[in-house]
Amino acid sequence: MNLFLATISPLENSKLTSFLSTATYLVAAAFFVLALKWLSAPTTARRGNRIGEIGMAAAIIGALLQYHVVTYEWIIVGFVIGFLLGAPMAIWMPMTAVPQRTALSHAFGALAAALVGTAHYYLFDLKNAPPTSTIMGFLCLEVLLGALTFTGSLMACGKLQEVLPTRPIVYKNQNILNLSLLGMAVLCGVLLTAHPQWSWLFPILLVLALAFGVLLIIPIGGADMPTVISLLNSYAGLSASMMGFVLNSKLLIVAGALDGASGFVLSIIMCRAMNRSFTNVLFGAFGQLQTSAAAATEKKTVRSTAPDEVAQLLEAAQNVIIIPGYGMAVAQAQHKVRDLYDQLTQRGVNVKFAIHPVAGRMPGHMNVLLAEAEIPYDKLVGMDEINDEFAQCDVALVVGANDVVNPAARYNKSSPIYGMPIINADKAKTVVAIKRSMNPGFAGIDNELYTLDHTLMLFGDAKKVLGEVVKQLAETAVTA
Amino acid sequence: MPDISSHLFVFMLAAFLGLEVIHRVSPLLHTPLMSLTNAISAISVIAAIQLAGAKETTLSTILGTCAVAAASTNVIGGFMITDRMLKMFKKREAKR
Repeated sequence: MNLFLATISPLENSKLTSFLSTATYLVAAAFFVLALKWLSAPTTARRGNRIGEIGMAAAIIGALLQYHVVTYEWIIVGFVIGFLLGAPMAIWMPMTAVPQRTALSHAFGALAAALVGTAHYYLFDLKNAPPTSTIMGFLCLEVLLGALTFTGSLMACGKLQEVLPTRPIVYKNQNILNLSLLGMAVLCGVLLTAHPQWSWLFPILLVLALAFGVLLIIPIGGADMPTVISLLNSYAGLSASMMGFVLNSKLLIVAGALDGASGFVLSIIMCRAMNRSFTNVLFGAFGQLQTSAAAATEKKTVRSTAPDEVAQLLEAAQNVIIIPGYGMAVAQAQHKVRDLYDQLTQRGVNVKFAIHPVAGRMPGHMNVLLAEAEIPYDKLVGMDEINDEFAQCDVALVVGANDVVNPAARYNKSSPIYGMPIINADKAKTVVAIKRSMNPGFAGIDNELYTLDHTLMLFGDAKKVLGEVVKQLAETAVTA
Repeated sequence: MPDISSHLFVFMLAAFLGLEVIHRVSPLLHTPLMSLTNAISAISVIAAIQLAGAKETTLSTILGTCAVAAASTNVIGGFMITDRMLKMFKKREAKR
């Protein structure tokens, strides 16, 4: 098992290569930190990505230089497969599919960690030189996190791609089953840590972790995806970090810890934006509560409107705030939103966008879609900064957002979203909400915003009705 | 016996550094952030390379090759898509 001991080497030139590897690893770790630092602002972000690439390339060269890499054929095979899978996805995938791709990439990262961990376990000479308990403990953690993140992320990807049902699936004793499964997996890990030579336990640990990943995501609904994706992000990173402990590689520890920290920060931000805790997201089965809450509310009247009326309203306005939500992504309406933005700004109307942290299916989802539609990013304003501006706002246009603008979150204690910070769309002079029908949103609750006196509902596919509004505006522009 | 305590220190410091740096990332860029950190944690490709190239056992070569494939998908795809996303964030109006 000299794989772990790069310092003891049978070869003459091994000292040089191991020095070179260490140097490239050090450079890589520094560059990764710089990459994240530069990502803080859009002006330096691309530079950050570039330096991350350089760091990665350096580390890969360093790894290939290692003296115990004696054959390259399988490495090349792996790279070719990776290129064929990764590059086309990155080049041609539509931006609306970003959440799915992200979930899939978490699955790939976690799979790599689980595979490497498994391979290392079976490389140990269990009879003569069993690994120490410390190493074995980290290896078990690596495999456990890797395996559960792999299946969990695949499930998340399936739900986001809508190959799997997006509604939360709940059944009796679900949490007890899940927790006992996790408990058994952890028990296997503990036993293996104490007795590394009990190799029959290892496949059991793997299977339990894989099964737990599936069951963990089954009760998660679409609205909770931003938190869950962030959490899986964190697990995948931690798994890579644990691999670093097993392999005695500080670069892996650092890179994994950075990824783990990032996922952790994002999931905290997402949880805070929904006023919920981790345990509530993972074990709360969001969708279930609401069906009962929805049944209780009585029917109220809604005022529906037509595209030409909305066009007149927008034309007469001075300040317009657009609130995008997942519905915009589903309808692929971001380019029509851009056309509307163009029409209105040409008339001197001040248009801004209010972005709720959990709008969409992953952190930052709306920003990416609107940036794709070439809307300048200084017009995309976070919830906390823009909420006070609604008092001066003439028209708040809700495009496919639902729960994040529901005023019930402020005062209705029986509402499942009670306490969730929301965008103050209802404070605007007029609210126009574009919606397919009066069906409740993902959380399954009635939205009081729609029944307010100053709210107009524009029913239809967001892309289609926005197209009609834009057409109206363009025509009046010509006649004027 | 590798030096676990120094590894734990490295882990702790890197985690705190990560928390500090990530907190400063603008919410605008949270999606590219996630794809970039994902690409970075695909650094596990170096461990996979050592497995696939070390010719130890058939099992380790197979698992190593699969791990290289999975991790390099993230390395290649992750950096490419991050750049594609970041390219779209423009401050001024683009001419259309």
